[in-house]
Amino acid sequence: MLAFVLAHLVAAAAAPVLVRRVGRWTFAVLAIVPAVTFAWALTAAPIVLSGGAVSTTVDWVPAIDMELALSMGLLQWVMVLVVAGIGALVLAYCSWYFHTGEDGLVAFSTAFMGFVGAMLGLVLADDLLLLYVFWELTTVFSYLLIGFDPLKRANRLAAMEALIVTTLGGLTMLVGMLLLGREAGTLRISEILADPPPESATLVVAVLLILVGALSKSALVPFQFWLPGAMAAPTPVSAYLHAASMVKAGVYLVALLAPVFATVPGWHLVILTLGTVTMLLGGWRALRQVDVKLLLAYGTVSQLGFLMVLFGIGTRTAALAGLAMLVAHALFKATLFLSVGIIDHQTGTRDLRELSGVGRAMPVVAVAATIAGASMAGVPPLLGFVGKETVWAAVLELTEGEVAGVPPYAGWLVLAGLMVGSAFTAGYTLRFLWGAFWTKRGLEPTPVTPVPPPFAAAPVLLAALTVVLGFSGYALTDAFGLYADALPGPAEEYLALWHGLELPLLLSALTLAGGAALFAARATVCRAGGLVSDRLSAEGAYRFLMRLLDRAAIETTGAFQRGSVSGYLAVILVVVLVLPGGATILALGAAGGVDVVMWDRPAQVILAAVLVLAAVVAARSRRRLRAVTLAGVTGYGTALLFLIHGAPDIALTQVLVETVSLVVFVLVLRRLPPFFSDRPLSRSRYWRMALGAGVGIAVAGFLLVAANARSSTPISQAFAEAAYEYGYGRNVVNITLVDIRAWDTLGEIAVLVAAATGVASLIFLDSRTSGIRRVRDIPYPTDVQKLPSSGGRRVWLPGPRTLSPDRRSIIFEVVTRLVFHTIMVFSVYLLIAGHNLPGGGFAGGIVAGLALMVRYLAGGRYELDEAAPVDAGVLIGTGLFIGALASLGPLLLGGEVQRTYDTYLTVPLLGELHLVSSVVFDVGVYLVVIGLVLDLLRTFGSRLDRHILREERGGDTDSERENRDRRAFR
Amino acid sequence: MSVSLPLVITAAVLVGTGVYLMLERSLTRVLVGLVLLSNGVNVSFLVAAGRPGDPPLYDGSNAETMADPLPQALVLTAIVITLGTTAFLLAMAHRSWQLNGNDDVQDDIEDAAIRRLALADDVSEGYEAEDEDRPADTHDEDRGEDRR
Repeated sequence: MLAFVLAHLVAAAAAPVLVRRVGRWTFAVLAIVPAVTFAWALTAAPIVLSGGAVSTTVDWVPAIDMELALSMGLLQWVMVLVVAGIGALVLAYCSWYFHTGEDGLVAFSTAFMGFVGAMLGLVLADDLLLLYVFWELTTVFSYLLIGFDPLKRANRLAAMEALIVTTLGGLTMLVGMLLLGREAGTLRISEILADPPPESATLVVAVLLILVGALSKSALVPFQFWLPGAMAAPTPVSAYLHAASMVKAGVYLVALLAPVFATVPGWHLVILTLGTVTMLLGGWRALRQVDVKLLLAYGTVSQLGFLMVLFGIGTRTAALAGLAMLVAHALFKATLFLSVGIIDHQTGTRDLRELSGVGRAMPVVAVAATIAGASMAGVPPLLGFVGKETVWAAVLELTEGEVAGVPPYAGWLVLAGLMVGSAFTAGYTLRFLWGAFWTKRGLEPTPVTPVPPPFAAAPVLLAALTVVLGFSGYALTDAFGLYADALPGPAEEYLALWHGLELPLLLSALTLAGGAALFAARATVCRAGGLVSDRLSAEGAYRFLMRLLDRAAIETTGAFQRGSVSGYLAVILVVVLVLPGGATILALGAAGGVDVVMWDRPAQVILAAVLVLAAVVAARSRRRLRAVTLAGVTGYGTALLFLIHGAPDIALTQVLVETVSLVVFVLVLRRLPPFFSDRPLSRSRYWRMALGAGVGIAVAGFLLVAANARSSTPISQAFAEAAYEYGYGRNVVNITLVDIRAWDTLGEIAVLVAAATGVASLIFLDSRTSGIRRVRDIPYPTDVQKLPSSGGRRVWLPGPRTLSPDRRSIIFEVVTRLVFHTIMVFSVYLLIAGHNLPGGGFAGGIVAGLALMVRYLAGGRYELDEAAPVDAGVLIGTGLFIGALASLGPLLLGGEVQRTYDTYLTVPLLGELHLVSSVVFDVGVYLVVIGLVLDLLRTFGSRLDRHILREERGGDTDSERENRDRRAFR
Repeated sequence: MSVSLPLVITAAVLVGTGVYLMLERSLTRVLVGLVLLSNGVNVSFLVAAGRPGDPPLYDGSNAETMADPLPQALVLTAIVITLGTTAFLLAMAHRSWQLNGNDDVQDDIEDAAIRRLALADDVSEGYEAEDEDRPADTHDEDRGEDRR
């Protein structure tokens, strides 16, 4: 059973491919899926019609007891036949309605197919949550289908309206379902119905909330307005979603719950009142539409109210009538909409003031539509009439006070309402048939292109069924009785064309006569309808609310999203100050004193004094370089604090990073003005000071409290042994990075990759690969000829020759020649030795970067490219790749991700080497870090050198050029 | 666990001055503030690490006397990340200078536009629930056939 639902969704996924291959025939192919489902449902008839049910259950989310529970009893069976049968016909019809190559076919076919699947799932679901999921899926697909042409504002509006209204109902319903599930102790629908929870206030609320969902989906007052709007969708969608299937979801839900919950207080009041009002309102509006499709849409609203009343009554007779009317409505409304689609398609208009003589031009369609219309109006011998006969019987039972909770006067009111509503129905049916098909005096016959016979097949077939079923009253009684017999009330009613000369027949005749009268006086009726203003309509309220929502959003955004970075930061910091800061004060008070020592090591005091001084002066500095240098002082000072704390690794890394940062800072600062932009001292400065001081104090308090609050042994106590046992290394910090917390490190080098890429994009702006230029690439001046010379000795450190003499430093060059290789060797040593001694990939990488930096500083940008003739991006990418590979590698060896292996290797001269696999990971880190530093040098160094050079030569600066480009662009 | 006061004070001052600078408009100052702030946070990790000890180089028996290695690993990561962040902000400062002639952080233009809408009591651009150009055929309540 689940397979059929899934098949629809799979077909939906396949639709785009089909559209590309076979164009409009996609729909015919897709129709096979619901057709097969229909056939399967027919084969299940013996089981269902003998009172059984077909069920299946698949575990879905066991943790919250969510199962894919599907079940098909009689009610579901009828719905499946309607959904799949009409679905297949409408899909096939689409093959003639649409044209190959039409815009939006892919989206349309996918959404339509997905919709059929969702609808099928909805009616088969035996679990409240599952039902809800499919329910919302139908909402989403219907949104997509109504918005078929997103370029049209009307489509967008209508789609949004339908989405918001039905989702609002759906969410309300979800709350109701969860409440009901809690009351019943299960979400399984069949179990709830078999063993309903005792009546309680919660149950009443739950049922009423569920009703909100049903009412919104089935477009009952006050939610009715979305349905006529949804007519902006293509006609097949209207035929299927908004007549035959989706709107029936609400009716189905009421039908499902009625046997058990019809006696819940409020049930009758809500459904009977709103249903009757909806029937009247929809019918009244339909009577004066000039667009035949819109006329049918209001008719649908009216009929849905009617169906709701029938299922809402909750007696056997009403349920029989309800099911008969449900099937009848699906058949006649689909026929009528499909006929309208044909008319629209073949004439190009749906306006009944323009249509004339269409009936003569397409007699087959006209006959089918007339049969359907007659069934809608309740004319014998059609299914609609059979249903109506029983309807009157059921409502007459209401007037006798036989239904619990409905006083006789209410029954009379409902009877009167339904009678008038049925008269309206007959009236607008005549108006429709007259408007769509009749030849009108004073109007030229509308030009009609001939209808291809297959196009008309679906309406004809459905109309034929309307006739056949009209004569099958007894069979229908037997079948529908399986559902209806569960309900209370007299058991003698049956579905038939002829009950004898009784009151119901008279009532049917009366409504038909009323309809004829309404049609005869149609001009007056239209005028009367125009007198009733719709200013205070539900749709108006919806618009008002949506506007209110938008305005509220604007005001809120305007008030809180000020667009100032420091403003946001200040808000965050104030929160830090108030919440954790306040908590700190409370905790300090509760602790009654903290355990503080004046120093761990005496040197801390001196270092702290230096750091504090440097930080304060840096904050007050107006010179960029001074601020940066003092920030560097705090960095080196921090490194010393690390060192005396017993953390050589981070002290080493901090010193190295600080050096790189300083150089990079200076490289950029040579381009920026020496002073910060002058700004008058404003009051905000004191606010900033206060906030800074406050946050600082909060941090101090937090540190005191947190350190004193330690109650458990740190997890890292176990790190040392674990590092040696499983990581095969003695440097616990390094093993933590490459093994114990290697995921962290992998994430970190990914951040570095992102940062380096960001820097390169901001400075290079176009491509970073164009940057590498070796010394030999420098062109000779045009009048200089290079003579081939032999045995030329390659100069080591050729870069400085490209610099002007006043920028060269012989001593620096000599030192560079001497130390470069040593530094590189040292960096590799740090990388390898880091496993057991201070060092590691980070430190090693930065040292190598520093070596490159020395080359750059001594010899300029050509020297940098001589030293590292590779693209920094390649280096970074390779590093990240190696890191990831090293993480996943152990999987190949059958281990877990990032597991470390070790082996011993004997090498001549060196002796036995202990090889540890995590070194590979560290190599990745090493490469990423070198790449980062190289990127920084290329961008802030080489690239800015060129900018400066160009400016000195009097050429455009980048900014000037860009400004000029921008002006030209305007 | 007793706390070393100099460390706490250093961390607090570094964070405080960092915050003060980060609230500035000049990106270079923000950047210096960021550097100070990260140094302060790194120092506070030392407080979390507890009392100082031997370097965490395991020789089989010194697990008890060594300094806590976990905060060290975290700080090491943080240091390198700070380098990346610093470089990125520097690039932004430079780019801002290239484009605007200064490295000041500008206020967001879009947000200012929203504020203007709020002041004018207007609706957003995305709002379209008005139906002035809705096709008449979906709403013809006022066009009964008698008025043709």
